[in-house]
Amino acid sequence: MSEKKTSTRRRFLVRLLQGFGISFVGGAVWSAIVHENAHDPLVLRPPGAQKEKEFLKKCIKCGLCVIACANRENIPRDRKGNKMITLKLATPGDGKPLGTPYFIPREVPCYMCEDVPCTYACPTGALSTELLKNEKGEVDVNKSRMGVAVVDYNSCIAYWGLQCDACVRNCPLIHKAIYMDIRRNRRTGKHAMLVPVVDPDYCTGCGICEHVCPTDKPAIYVLPREVALGKIGKHYVRGWMEQKENVEEKIREREKELKKWKPKSPEEYLNEEDLLNE
Amino acid sequence: MSSQAVLEAQRESEKPFLLRYRYLILRRITQISILALYVGGNYLGWKILQGNLSTSKFLGVIPLSDPFAVLQMFLAGTVLATDVIIGALIILFVYGVLFGRAFCSWVCPVNMITDLANWIRVKTGLHKEEYRINIPRKTRYWFLALALILSPILGVPAFEFISPVSITHRGIIFGMGLGWTILLAIFLFDLFVIKNGWCGHLCPLGAFYSAVSKPVSLLRVKYDLNKCTECMECKRVCPEVQVLWMIGKENKPVLSGECTNCGRCIDVCPENALFYGLRFKKSGGDKNEG
Repeated sequence: MSEKKTSTRRRFLVRLLQGFGISFVGGAVWSAIVHENAHDPLVLRPPGAQKEKEFLKKCIKCGLCVIACANRENIPRDRKGNKMITLKLATPGDGKPLGTPYFIPREVPCYMCEDVPCTYACPTGALSTELLKNEKGEVDVNKSRMGVAVVDYNSCIAYWGLQCDACVRNCPLIHKAIYMDIRRNRRTGKHAMLVPVVDPDYCTGCGICEHVCPTDKPAIYVLPREVALGKIGKHYVRGWMEQKENVEEKIREREKELKKWKPKSPEEYLNEEDLLNE
Repeated sequence: MSSQAVLEAQRESEKPFLLRYRYLILRRITQISILALYVGGNYLGWKILQGNLSTSKFLGVIPLSDPFAVLQMFLAGTVLATDVIIGALIILFVYGVLFGRAFCSWVCPVNMITDLANWIRVKTGLHKEEYRINIPRKTRYWFLALALILSPILGVPAFEFISPVSITHRGIIFGMGLGWTILLAIFLFDLFVIKNGWCGHLCPLGAFYSAVSKPVSLLRVKYDLNKCTECMECKRVCPEVQVLWMIGKENKPVLSGECTNCGRCIDVCPENALFYGLRFKKSGGDKNEG
């Protein structure tokens, strides 16, 4: 009797372990696929997209943004008369997080519709008009931060001294997001160069510049802001920009932080801290 | 073999073609119309059904959402928008309360692929007992549980990143890419490896709808033991044959959530011993029970 009982229990435990083993194998393979697929640092999202991590949680892959993009009025057409649809859903083989919307500016950029149909179409909040509101609380497509344009000045012909301003002329935020800067032409020593410079404070990442760039491979291209932009520590203060930055507040904040600061150990204090400031 | 052919010929003479295939034909019409509405929704801007089976807008206003996908989103750790909550509740009501697991046989596009595989399998004799490979039908619940465990761990809706159902449906509406490889994989798996392998053994979405439609879903296949001649035609065509355990044994309706309400058993039954009915309403066979 007791022997039989043990064997049943043993069998149950072995089955349990078998189940655990198979679940772990399955879970690991599954996780690996999802993990690899859900991480593409270079993917460009529609206007009003949440940060990538949150976006992937929220996007249910319904494609309503793509439908809104494809069925809007006045959609541009290519020479053959085909619709130029910006957004597409990632299919297997695209190498993007499966089923999520993205765009490739070199093929079709975002044309910055004022009524932002894609963002309004999103039912889950993965694209949110809240993220497009300006100071007055109005939805403004120019508040999109899909990415930021970056110039490779080695392949930009304007930096050779040739006259090209295709990107600037086509930018929806002309003279703000990209402007022409005068540089001295060091090669000839006599001439001026007019070169495009991007201002990331205004650039929305729509990619029209990338689309129109005449070089074989675009010399100006859009990268996600997380990839392309650096970050200054907040303890750096630009004293000459009082209008833009509230210097006094920054200093006050810094002082507060310093008050909280406590030395860790005498050794660390001597080795790491700047004694002159004390 | 010849006697079976004679039997089949007899049955064919008993029930006219349209009656023998009415629900199959209705199902194909439903599946294809729904797909057509979605495709028109994307390419032509029709407002009837836009989006896909994960989430859509019906008539441009009413949200519909896959409750399993929404549950995974919730577990992945995000705040759910009102639209998807309402949409998920509507769909839960439609299948959980009204039609049972009808999604699988009346809406899901993968059903046509697996039905085709199954049909070829039967025609070519690949389904013979001696070739059979068995995996438990409960595997799908394990798959379902794993999806719900992995969603919070990975921080994304885990099944939505590999779901062949969504890949197929999205592919048809928005462009397939290499998605056809997954369709082919399911087709070959169902054709050569396991009968009703994907839909009947593995698919966690089907498992989800089975679980939610088990307790109350109203539309049920009912069974009248007194009319039954035990020809077992129903068991031959049923993709979830375990739900028909009562055939020839007990006078009970099909109450398992795993029944997809496809109606094939009703189609083929020569004695009309099987028919659609409501769960809580006594009808036909139930009367004789008491």
